[in-house]
Amino acid sequence: MAVRKPPVTTREYWAPGHAACAGCGCATALRLATKAFSEAMEEKYGDPDAFAVAQATGCMEVVSAVFPYTAWKAPWIHVAFENAAAAASGVEAAWKKLGRKGKILAIGGDGGTADIGMQALSGMLERWHNVVYLMYDNEAYMNTGIQRSSSTPYGAWTTTSPPGKYSIGEDKPKKWVALIAAAHQVPYVATASIGNPFDFIRKMKIAAKVDGPAFVQVQCTCPTGWKSPLEKGVEIAKLAIETGVWPLFEIENGDLWNIKIQAPGGGAKVKREGGRVVAIEFKKPIEEYLKLQGRFKHLFKQPEAIDTLREQIKAMWKVLGVEVTLPKPEE
Amino acid sequence: MPIKKVMKANEAAAWAAKLAKPKVIAAFPITPSTLVPEKISEFVADGELDAEFIKVESEHSAISACVGASAAGVRTFTATASQGLALMHEILFIAAGMRLPIVIAVGNRSLSAPINIWNDWQDTISERDTGWLQFYAENNQEALDLILIAYKVAENEKVLLPAMVGFDAFILTHTVEPVEIPDQELVDEFLGEYEPKHAYLDPAKPITQGALGFPAHYMEARYTVWEANENAKDVIDEAFAEFEKKFGRKYQKIEEYRTEDAEIIFVTMGSLAGTVKEYVDSLREKGLKVGAAKITVYRPFPVEEVRELAKKAKVLALLEKNVTFSVGGALFQDFSRALINESEKPKIVDFILGLGGRDVTFKDLDEALAIAQKALNGEAVDEVNWIGLRKEIL
Ligand SMILES: Cc1ncc(C[n+]2csc(CCOP(=O)(O)OP(=O)(O)O)c2C)c(N)n1
Ligand code: SF4
Repeated sequence: MAVRKPPVTTREYWAPGHAACAGCGCATALRLATKAFSEAMEEKYGDPDAFAVAQATGCMEVVSAVFPYTAWKAPWIHVAFENAAAAASGVEAAWKKLGRKGKILAIGGDGGTADIGMQALSGMLERWHNVVYLMYDNEAYMNTGIQRSSSTPYGAWTTTSPPGKYSIGEDKPKKWVALIAAAHQVPYVATASIGNPFDFIRKMKIAAKVDGPAFVQVQCTCPTGWKSPLEKGVEIAKLAIETGVWPLFEIENGDLWNIKIQAPGGGAKVKREGGRVVAIEFKKPIEEYLKLQGRFKHLFKQPEAIDTLREQIKAMWKVLGVEVTLPKPEE
Repeated sequence: MPIKKVMKANEAAAWAAKLAKPKVIAAFPITPSTLVPEKISEFVADGELDAEFIKVESEHSAISACVGASAAGVRTFTATASQGLALMHEILFIAAGMRLPIVIAVGNRSLSAPINIWNDWQDTISERDTGWLQFYAENNQEALDLILIAYKVAENEKVLLPAMVGFDAFILTHTVEPVEIPDQELVDEFLGEYEPKHAYLDPAKPITQGALGFPAHYMEARYTVWEANENAKDVIDEAFAEFEKKFGRKYQKIEEYRTEDAEIIFVTMGSLAGTVKEYVDSLREKGLKVGAAKITVYRPFPVEEVRELAKKAKVLALLEKNVTFSVGGALFQDFSRALINESEKPKIVDFILGLGGRDVTFKDLDEALAIAQKALNGEAVDEVNWIGLRKEIL
């Protein structure tokens, strides 16, 4: 009987036994990322294990390395909250000197990347270390109990952006770290999602195989912080893509004029010119994404806030060179 | 054959790094130690030092990269001072807790505000509780030698702690003195290759470093840092002895000068020790029974040696270029701890002086001496005395 090859290796590096919440989308992201990395290392160096992980403080760190246990089957180091990129720089330099083949995977949450770790990330990218930086974006500081980060989307409830009489929740648009990373003109930058695991695996493999620095920002759901049903993580992540909230794109060598957009699905109509995506007509309203998450519940009492979010999403797509139409839900 | 060269302490530190052959250096410029990374980058550029030099974007990343590299299993080095060391503060604890034998050269400089680039010891003293070993150099030769010794001690299996070597801003960092550069072969023999058994990032033997410690384990982890500091005491003596045998220069945790039959002993650190020795000579000529002691190793604190020293004097006069607010100087605390339960102990009088690069003159030392003499005669004196303070501008 023919056995079908699994879509990604069965080797595990982020092993069962970690203490993430049930339904944690970020745990899924790390598992897929390390598997993809391993495949890339096998293809590039003939050794699936040829990598080490440097990780920032945050949920994925504290749930995976509680002494005397570890969920890590790869060599792994955690130093502090803001310095995964700098620590990875040191590991990479040491490996170079030791003549060790392979690549370093640095991992940080949105807080450890978009906020406090931004400087170290910029330094690492600019110095051209052979490191892939994976930002797992659960859109808030989850480890300290759901505070806003600069990657928290407009309107979202967090414990430091509570909606109230004078507040709509988070009042600033999301910071797009992938575009900041791309401005360093590094070989490869991409956004990804656990809502499209095959695209994520493909991108992680490209990132792992390029010579030089790469940056991948993966949106991953957090049922605890998003107040969303445990079993709906992948569905919510998918809706983020299909409604236009979460763009999937790739930028090579910092060529911001030539951003590769991945098809959003969900019935969206994509218009291309010379192979380039220039317009997308989304069919699903962003409300479909928002309504599954308690963090956006209050917005439905103030639909103009949802319109503001829609405008921000359009503006973000415009930066990517794409005119989008975002439908309103049918009355 | 060792060669002698005239050089600044910054260059001496760079030479020490070159001789120790670190595989990764990560550094960021700050006055007064900027010349250290500059000189090292020259060594690397000329192929005289086969190392990766990471030109980081901050001191925080410098020490973070050193932690990454050291955890990956290679010898590392960095240099900084003052605000740069303060920016490293968070990671200094982590480096010690992860037991990584990183060495930092520090051009001892004051801390802001007001911003001031000149010498005192507040920067390294403020890091005294991070778990790092601390050495203080009196001159440029010591700056070079102590960095080599720091590696020897830091990498010892009984220690495995990071170490910092301080040398005074401008007084040493920018002042040229003849320095003997030891033979590379002898240094190689002295230090050997660094082969970590505890910290590496090897896919063939994956380990987890920097894990979360729950209350059930945290205290034990901190205790091992305490224990390693205790172990370092003997290891330092052994390293000093071996260094003397190989290179002919003698070091001690506390170096005494004319303490025999002394009634008052001035205790200090760094380059001030040189001034104080001369001052003691001048007092001895006048027939005064005064001696000096220099703290070369500040962490681990040489409690036993302090007790021995205390037996020799009626008054210990501590001369400190640092402040511990509402207490005095840091040495005052440390000496008090060492002597509090001794049945016989000298009086301890604390002097804060020379902050932010203010010159310490014989006149200042006369002021301190007068107070110490009062204490010797049983008169009441202040426990903490600010010397050379310009009261007219207060
Ligand atoms: C210097 C410093 N400031 C604050 C903290 C507290 N802290 C630890 S993790 C964290 C938030 C992490 O958020 P993020 O990077 O988004 O990761 P997540 O927890 O969401 O996975 C914070 C604020 C810290 N460890 N260090
Ligand atoms: S709080 Fe969120 S990100 Fe953290 S482990 Fe739980 S589900 Fe995952």
